[in-house]
Amino acid sequence: MSITPASASHHGRSHGPLEYRDPHQAVKITGFWIFLATDMLLFGCLFATYLVLRTHTDGGPTAAHLFDVPGFTAETFALLTSSFTGGLATLAMRNGNRKWVMIWMVLTMLLGLTFIGLEVQEFVADVGQGATAHRSAFLSAFYTLVGTHGTHVSIGLIWMLLTLIQIARRGLTAKTARKLFVVNLYWHFLDVVWVFIFTIVYLSGVVM
Amino acid sequence: MSEALKHFADTYLMWNEGYLIWISDILIVLASIGIVAALTYFKKWKWLWRNWLTTVDHKKIGIMYLLAALLMFFRGGVDALLLRTQLAQPGEHFLSAEHYDQIFTTHGTIMILFMAMPFLFALFNIVVPLQIGARDVAFPYLNAISFWLFFFGAMIFNLSFVFGGSPDAGWTSYPPLTELGFDSGPGENYYLIGVQISGIGSMATGINFIATILKLRAPGMKLMRMPLFTWSTLASCIVIIFAFPALAIALALLTLDRIIGTDFFTMYHGGDPMMFINLFWVWGHPEVYIVVLPAFGVYSEVVATFTRKRIFGYSSMVASLMLIAVISYFVWAHHFFTMGAGADVNTFFAVASMMVGIPTGVKVFNWLFTMFRGRIRTTLPMLWTLGFIPNFAIGGATGIMLAAAPGDYQYHNSYFLIAHFHQMLIGGVVNGMLAGMYYWWPKMFGFTLNERLGKWAFWIFNIGFYICFMPQYALGFEGMQRRMYTYPTDMGWGSLNFVSTIGAYLMGIGFLFIVWQVLYSLRHMEKDTTGDPWDARTLEWSLPSPAPHYNFAVIPTISDRDVWWEAKEHHHTSDLLPKVDQIEDVHMPKNSARPFLLGLSFFVAGFGVIFNWYVLAFVGLAGIAACLIARALEDEEEYVLPAEEIVATEQSLGRV
Repeated sequence: MSITPASASHHGRSHGPLEYRDPHQAVKITGFWIFLATDMLLFGCLFATYLVLRTHTDGGPTAAHLFDVPGFTAETFALLTSSFTGGLATLAMRNGNRKWVMIWMVLTMLLGLTFIGLEVQEFVADVGQGATAHRSAFLSAFYTLVGTHGTHVSIGLIWMLLTLIQIARRGLTAKTARKLFVVNLYWHFLDVVWVFIFTIVYLSGVVM
Repeated sequence: MSEALKHFADTYLMWNEGYLIWISDILIVLASIGIVAALTYFKKWKWLWRNWLTTVDHKKIGIMYLLAALLMFFRGGVDALLLRTQLAQPGEHFLSAEHYDQIFTTHGTIMILFMAMPFLFALFNIVVPLQIGARDVAFPYLNAISFWLFFFGAMIFNLSFVFGGSPDAGWTSYPPLTELGFDSGPGENYYLIGVQISGIGSMATGINFIATILKLRAPGMKLMRMPLFTWSTLASCIVIIFAFPALAIALALLTLDRIIGTDFFTMYHGGDPMMFINLFWVWGHPEVYIVVLPAFGVYSEVVATFTRKRIFGYSSMVASLMLIAVISYFVWAHHFFTMGAGADVNTFFAVASMMVGIPTGVKVFNWLFTMFRGRIRTTLPMLWTLGFIPNFAIGGATGIMLAAAPGDYQYHNSYFLIAHFHQMLIGGVVNGMLAGMYYWWPKMFGFTLNERLGKWAFWIFNIGFYICFMPQYALGFEGMQRRMYTYPTDMGWGSLNFVSTIGAYLMGIGFLFIVWQVLYSLRHMEKDTTGDPWDARTLEWSLPSPAPHYNFAVIPTISDRDVWWEAKEHHHTSDLLPKVDQIEDVHMPKNSARPFLLGLSFFVAGFGVIFNWYVLAFVGLAGIAACLIARALEDEEEYVLPAEEIVATEQSLGRV
């Protein structure tokens, strides 16, 4: 018995996926899904702000003028691929294959780092053209929305590193498996947010 | 050197601003010395640290929330009395205009965010796990973090009064007035950071209780067997997780404007102040329902218990809770019909606002029908519930008047509005929270509160309430606007304002009676040995008062909505008692100092940001990171409570 009631352990599947086997860990996955709902709304408000302010350029650089198609395409490929390798790590975890979990996660982190590197490069280039966050409301909203996503990705990288340390130390237990699963949920979520940034900010920006 | 000291004293300590500040300084110093001396004298430091500051027990966290809420009620109430004193007669100069602005800002912010919110979190924490048959909330450690974020957010906010100056742009903090160009002091930063930090805690509480209610119910407790207070908690938490992100973003963007100079809400470079106002009320209106829904839950429990009847229309009660939660998102623009969004937009929000009256009316009628032909006992919780109904009916009627968009052009931001929302928030929320406090007080502390003093408090507070706010409706019609610091004699508002001030003081006296009641009952303690002093209906009353720290020795199986009442009716209460052979070892969450330290780190970081002292901000952020990383790498979060110990405790309680 734990603080989770007996009913949960009735549903607790001794054969199900490793991360759900201990009801005490499974409830944390539920909690994390609810957290993702709040995080989604956080981004929702930033998107709303961006959509209101995207034309408020105050005579400064516009989206069409600023966005670099090869640059954001490369960022997109790096991040979407990292989500795929993250998924492969979850799959390896369910097969109980620690070595491949580590390999896929390291690859995921490298792709995430690439994404962050490209984004920083993009921001530096933009600022070099005089497009700073102080220039116009459009740029304030752009840097805040995309930057918040970038901060989320950076935190995700640190989080993955901490999870990897635990898997290396303790192996794949119900607890470390749940942690790996949750960090990957987070990572996929950031991927989905990026798909929206890609369409609403970048694609609409260069087309419209 | 003395020049530098004088500069510091004038800029940060504001010693050149007069006696209000000096009195506050002296009171704070005396109170701090008193607390430290008392803790040292009674050798209670270790007790404080072990039993309270590091606890993850939902019942203790609930009690800390309650204490904080009552303290903040006092602070917000003193603010209110200062405001009413200033307005008592025309041409008054008791407060300076700047102090008046600061005090109405802190009054509003404290009452909503640092009084109402912790008060309902107190009840969530104390009641929900006991009502659903759980040993704690889903995430006890996160629960402690929520509390400490709230606590340190409130500390930051309250510190502003004596260090650097309070915010002074109203609790809604509208730009462009709150942009750096118009409001350069640290006051607005205090508001932004203090509210932001406690808001993070609120979001975590919302997540925690949704997971608790969905996943930790005892076997047999289907959703439609949950007590209505638990339902109202679920509804309120759903609104919390969908509304608070909007506030977080509104505050964060305004902070960016003020700290790094972006242009979200400025008047130049294409900024749009209305965007803040929209984001703020996308949170702000649901926030009203966040605080009132749990009050509805309390009324449902209280009415059923003190009329000894099953609640009338349970499923319509559940449906109306959920409907209110949903509609709450479609009404926010009624706070600024005068923005000029056009007739179509205003019509939508006017109709949506009026629709809230439908599920709310369903609830009021259900309570009345429950009382109908019931055997009503006018105990304190029931009195506050009965007091709520006429209050809410009048407040609801004036709410419909305000929701009519063309009419609102007349009432907007007048004292008519002030009277309306105080009627909803005091008559609805404060009555509900006090009813809940009285109702569950024996469950929290194991003794009952003196009824006679409580009745004095009830009558003085409620009569004071009507004397205070009824004149304000009239003042609104006579053209008095909110946030006016003083007014000339020939406006003819003097006498009504004076009456209103008398009412405010009566409410203050009512509050003092509550304090007296608590102190009196502490001295002449009437222990609750039954665990069920009200002859109540739901699961929490099957436990001893106060409940042992593991709550349930054996998780009971739930067969009915009013499980404890049914058990008493059919004489099988022993089914809900533990049997020795069923008692097993229990894993309990370990105490941790980290939630406290995390809150402290947020405090340090926030303080650094408020004054643009970046070294301090960095130190705080490093503290936050260290706490999070240490938690991530932690191995054992739980300890085993052996079955023998539980058996011994249950035996000493006479339950096995």
